[in-house]
Amino acid sequence: MNESLFFRRLLIGTTWGWVCLLALIPYIILLGVSWLQPGTDTLVLPTITKENYRHLLSPEVFTITAESVLLAACTALLCLAVGYPFAAILANAPAKLQPPLLLLVMIPFWTNSLIRTYALIMLLKADGLINTALIRTGLLTEPLQLMYTPFAVFIGLVYTLLPFMILPLYAALKAVDPKLLEAGRDLGASWLQNFLKITIPLTMPGIIAGTMLVFLPALGMFYVSDILGGARTMLLGNYIRDQFLVFRNIPMGSAASITMTLAMGLLLLLYYLATRRSGGRVMR
Amino acid sequence: MNRWVRWGYAGGIYLFLYLPLAVVAVFSLNNSKYSLAWKGFTFDWYVRLWNNTDLMTTAFHSLVIAASAATLATLLGTGAAFILHHYRFPGRHALFGVLFVMMMSPDIVIAISLLLLFLALFLPLGFITLLIAHTALCVPFVAITVYSRFHGFPTDIVDAARDLGANEYQVFRKIILPLAAPAVVAGWLLSFTLSLDDVIISFFTTGPDYEVLPLRIYSMVRLGIKPDVNALCVVLMIITATALILTRKLLKEKT
Repeated sequence: MNESLFFRRLLIGTTWGWVCLLALIPYIILLGVSWLQPGTDTLVLPTITKENYRHLLSPEVFTITAESVLLAACTALLCLAVGYPFAAILANAPAKLQPPLLLLVMIPFWTNSLIRTYALIMLLKADGLINTALIRTGLLTEPLQLMYTPFAVFIGLVYTLLPFMILPLYAALKAVDPKLLEAGRDLGASWLQNFLKITIPLTMPGIIAGTMLVFLPALGMFYVSDILGGARTMLLGNYIRDQFLVFRNIPMGSAASITMTLAMGLLLLLYYLATRRSGGRVMR
Repeated sequence: MNRWVRWGYAGGIYLFLYLPLAVVAVFSLNNSKYSLAWKGFTFDWYVRLWNNTDLMTTAFHSLVIAASAATLATLLGTGAAFILHHYRFPGRHALFGVLFVMMMSPDIVIAISLLLLFLALFLPLGFITLLIAHTALCVPFVAITVYSRFHGFPTDIVDAARDLGANEYQVFRKIILPLAAPAVVAGWLLSFTLSLDDVIISFFTTGPDYEVLPLRIYSMVRLGIKPDVNALCVVLMIITATALILTRKLLKEKT
């Protein structure tokens, strides 16, 4: 029994140890540094200040944040609008076909998103596939400027993040009991009523999880905006990176990333509420 | 919905997901340096990759870090999954919460919070810091993968073993681990691809002495399209796809 107790304590202790080292302590440091001042000789000065957070609300930083949030929100919305029907088609496909179809979504999901961003250049550049095709068919005479535009960044984010929306939606849709939809039909509900009153509420955790997996990276993936958007800072991620690596203003960069954590916190809260609600409904 | 509309729509999405990758693959075999016009078939770019010793060193770094981080993450993650499933202890729900938040955290937040930890500890950026950072990235994924495998376990075997006098270590070693083996290997493979595909965390947590492949690709891509980058991308895509297919096979296997 002694050995057992030792083994149990060892495992629990080790687990809490790495959780503290890899997640809790770094995060506490991040939170702490965001309240300090940048130094010239040392990276930070041990003076507590509200300046960083005040600066977050200054027009300069606020514009970047607002634009990035807007871009990320549009990305998440488009991914949801495009991904939901797609996930529904997958979830209703013949059982034998589902594993390979799902695998085809998972391969891009796990493929390096830098490579996938790079691949888009081939399509978007002035002599790329899209322009060449449009000119050959005579729809255009001059190539469109697609690269180095906010539109290119938007397409890049949708392209890289779409699988992150599809997979949780698929899992949520698979879990919907078809008997509930049958019951709805028997009681005279139309397809739309079934969809709005049964499918959407039951898949809400999947919708929120997908939104979280798209929206948060869309704020941070600085290389997408670097590669497809040119020089302008467009994402919160570019701003944070520049504060760390260009301006050496670590406290400001930390404060900016707290914005992102707050966004995550909000979405996690929504997720928690949605799982509790839909969980309760299925049980009853 | 009409059948044709449905499959047309799904096909359109697959085309959107795969067309750019297919274009990269096709042009990695194109015998032309700059233009997108087809100038004949060649394996030249792959040969050049192989002969580029500098690039091969970077690729070797990536494989070493991916294998080490995956191994470390698998050890820690399996332990975490085991205690979450088999023990009731104070803070168990909190531990679940922390793992979930770690998994959902944006890469850039993980990256800079770890960078700050390394700066506070005066650790020079390089192999060690990159290893720690990639382990932090992978561990929650292993824990969740293995935990979901435990979920379908027959608990009576464990009870029987305990009744017959097995201690906790023996239960873990002789019963749990063999049953969970496919999920543990799957967790390792997922970690391996996660580490290999990461850009943002490596960007902040490694130093000039230990460059990894995605960072090299990043600096190459910023200089424009080059056929050898195409070839490199294709190689990485193939590694990822292979690891993924293996993972799926392992997770599907019945106990």
